[in-house]
Amino acid sequence: MTQNILEMRSITKTFPGVKALSEVTLEVAPGEVHAICGENGAGKSTLMKVLSGVYPHGTYEGEIVFEGRTMKFGDIRESEAEGIVIIHQELALSRYLSIAENIFLNNEIKGRFGLIDWDKTTDEATKLLARVGLNDDPNAKIMNIGVGKQQLVEIAKALSKKVKILILDEPTAALNDADSDHLLDLILHLKGQGITSIIISHKLNEIKKIADSVTVIRDGKTIETIRREDVSEDRIIKGMVGRDLEHRYPDHTPHIGEEVLRVEDWTAHHPQDSSRVIVDKVSITARAGEIVGIAGLMGAGRTEFAMSLFGHSYGSRISGKVFKRGTEIKTRTVSEAIKNGIAYATEDRKTFGLNLIEDIKRNISMASLDKLTSMGLVNDNEEYKVANEYRDTMNIKAPSVLNATGQLSGGNQQKVVLSKWIYANPDVLILDEPTRGIDVGAKYEIYTIINRLAAEGKAIVVISSELPELLGICDRIYALSEGRITGEMPVADATPEALLKLMTLEKQR
Amino acid sequence: MTDTATTKPAPPEGKGPDGTFTANLKHIIADLGKNGIFLALIAVIVLFSITTDGILLRPQNISNLIVQNGYILILAIGMVLVIVAGHIDLSVGSIAAFIGAISGVFVSADFLGLPWWLAVILSLGVGAIVGAWQGFWIAFVGIPAFIVTLAGMLIFRGLALITLGNSNIGSFPEEYRALGNGFVNFPVDIGGGETVDPLTLVVGLIAIIALIVQQFRTRNGRVKYGQDVEPLTWFIGKIAIFAVGIGAFAYALSVFKGIPVTLIILALLVLAYGVVANRTTFGRHIYAIGGNRRAAELSGIKTRSVDFWLFVNMGLLAALAGLVFTARLNLAGPKAGDGFELEAISAAFIGGAAVQGGIGTVGGAIIGGFIIGVLNNGMSIMGIGIEWQQAVKGLVLLLAVAFDVYNKRRAGTAASR
Repeated sequence: MTQNILEMRSITKTFPGVKALSEVTLEVAPGEVHAICGENGAGKSTLMKVLSGVYPHGTYEGEIVFEGRTMKFGDIRESEAEGIVIIHQELALSRYLSIAENIFLNNEIKGRFGLIDWDKTTDEATKLLARVGLNDDPNAKIMNIGVGKQQLVEIAKALSKKVKILILDEPTAALNDADSDHLLDLILHLKGQGITSIIISHKLNEIKKIADSVTVIRDGKTIETIRREDVSEDRIIKGMVGRDLEHRYPDHTPHIGEEVLRVEDWTAHHPQDSSRVIVDKVSITARAGEIVGIAGLMGAGRTEFAMSLFGHSYGSRISGKVFKRGTEIKTRTVSEAIKNGIAYATEDRKTFGLNLIEDIKRNISMASLDKLTSMGLVNDNEEYKVANEYRDTMNIKAPSVLNATGQLSGGNQQKVVLSKWIYANPDVLILDEPTRGIDVGAKYEIYTIINRLAAEGKAIVVISSELPELLGICDRIYALSEGRITGEMPVADATPEALLKLMTLEKQR
Repeated sequence: MTDTATTKPAPPEGKGPDGTFTANLKHIIADLGKNGIFLALIAVIVLFSITTDGILLRPQNISNLIVQNGYILILAIGMVLVIVAGHIDLSVGSIAAFIGAISGVFVSADFLGLPWWLAVILSLGVGAIVGAWQGFWIAFVGIPAFIVTLAGMLIFRGLALITLGNSNIGSFPEEYRALGNGFVNFPVDIGGGETVDPLTLVVGLIAIIALIVQQFRTRNGRVKYGQDVEPLTWFIGKIAIFAVGIGAFAYALSVFKGIPVTLIILALLVLAYGVVANRTTFGRHIYAIGGNRRAAELSGIKTRSVDFWLFVNMGLLAALAGLVFTARLNLAGPKAGDGFELEAISAAFIGGAAVQGGIGTVGGAIIGGFIIGVLNNGMSIMGIGIEWQQAVKGLVLLLAVAFDVYNKRRAGTAASR
């Protein structure tokens, strides 16, 4: 029996109200590439944050054994000192510094008098860049090289820290195919040099290509660890999604009417790099009383589609047509979209959805102040009354509607966001990850609200990466991958396996 | 249907019995916490009344306080809105100087010699255009307000000097000068060489009645909609305190020269902008943008348009401040408006505006402006040199904001507990 380089034993991590990890076990053999698979929110990133000391020792239960010794990391520097380096999905590079400066950031090579030895820095950087197969000038600025190369710079930075275990969180999510292939080759190449890698990914073909073993996590629990010879896509998918679907979703009997929304060939490009297509000729429809799901993994272009549709809030070179009840409408600005009966509740309520320093009342009225205004003056008593009605019907748990929304829990904040849009009285309501970061009880309430809105004859579009959620509440589901609609099925025909296959369907190469 | 039935609130969240001593006390403490800035103003007034042997509260000095600080208070009204939206305006002093110079050219008999009212309207128009110029760069080109108004500070100071052509413009018509140092009065001799202006007293009385009516209407509106209101005794007590304050103030003005024209302008502005900030969609949008710009955008608020009009408004108010200042001195000079922007910004921050935006009130900015005014005035009476005055004002600004930050942090931890 070989000695494992890393063992995470019975890791349990609790956030207020949520058990993110429950008795998770991870065993990594030296020199292997170990993949961690799971749906969004399954606990992959949390596990890696425990390992790298982002969540310091004492904030979780369980034990981390690295090279036979028990580790108690207090912060990320202590884990890096041991040779455990994590590369996050959002790269931690300073755009205005050079490649060499970034590699040795906070690890500078010093010469006499404690001053930075720039010659040696450049020299060492060049050597490290050669190891990751990058032959760019080490003095080039990060902002002037592509995302793929930036990823390689991150790896070079890790190598400069004498890395033993390299953790990559969704490393290819933002890369094109050539860059992805290059990166995967590099991981295998580093494995040849004895570096162990842990790769978090849900791109199954990648995992099959490079992983020696795969650990599947679901709902904060380890499901199983599969050895390379036993790895199959079906087995991974089954492990990822197989859970009890009963009683998590309220009953919903659809009364579907006429078509309310039709989007044709909706295309949007990246806001800075207008040659990159992010949303690719998406066409969808939604009917009155219907709950339509859009299933897509992170980076598939879900939010980008919704936001570009909602007042061109994302992207550049946007094209395509929108029809409401058969008549073409324009949605070039948010107020135009709202006026035309479209509302969008964001996935990131704290950044994009709420004014956290303002009270519940003013957040609810924010998108529809005109309704409360007569002769130029806002009727604040009426506003109070409206807010109280929503507090009651939406069951927003707060002592008063004059409480700031920043003090509410995630579920109650989400109810405020929903109240805002319901009060705006749209015909089409697009809900982006409506239950993200919300506990189970509040989720059920949100689903009930969604059902009620559908019963009132609104067309609802739900964007989610949680398949059970979509299968539990939707009438019809579209699958989105790499900005394209890769399939559509009524919920009766849909299975998690079939959807996941469509969601991971890649473009023909 | 009786009176007691309408004044009795129907508290939705089961508050204790109305009118009890503890309920009163709770509301008094909560109100004092919310109005810490108001208490600070009273403390400063009491302090300087003592150190100046009561000179601070003499009728003539009270009148002077209004007239000397009028232009700063006018600027503070616009500034607090700009700050709430998350911007800043460094150019208001230069704009005031520029408009002062322009208005001098319009109204002075040596130059165009226009009628005073036409000169005022044209000057305000130029102010709005100046504001539109800055608003354009901020709202539609996307250059930070700090940079645009820093540039504006230089540009309009330069234009003021060019307009003046290396000299002063002075000696304006009576009506124009009234903007800065005029009084409305009908003095009546009460013997012993003393006079009293009954008009001022009547206006003071009207103000008290208006306050009472407005307060009761608001309260009854809230009760009708089932909102929580403070106990009646404390409510009446509070009105009584304010009524006495207004009465004393009116009496002080009436035994001096009557109502300063600057005070009339100021009162109208405070009322109008109080309504704009709280009761109009434009005002609400300012707060929404300051609280979370992206969320405001995604709620359909036209953030660029709001930014633009905010600076047009600031230009207009800076022009008005320039007019009042020039009229008061009866002179448009090259140093006019020097440092006004800093006093106006200080007033807004002392009055509780947040540096990050989203928080701040017109009333707070006015009180902040009065605190600075009393500091200036009190220290001058005491004969403290300008160098110490500067240092003290700087320290007060720092402490005021530090206190605010500390208070909010405490409130924040209490809320998350």
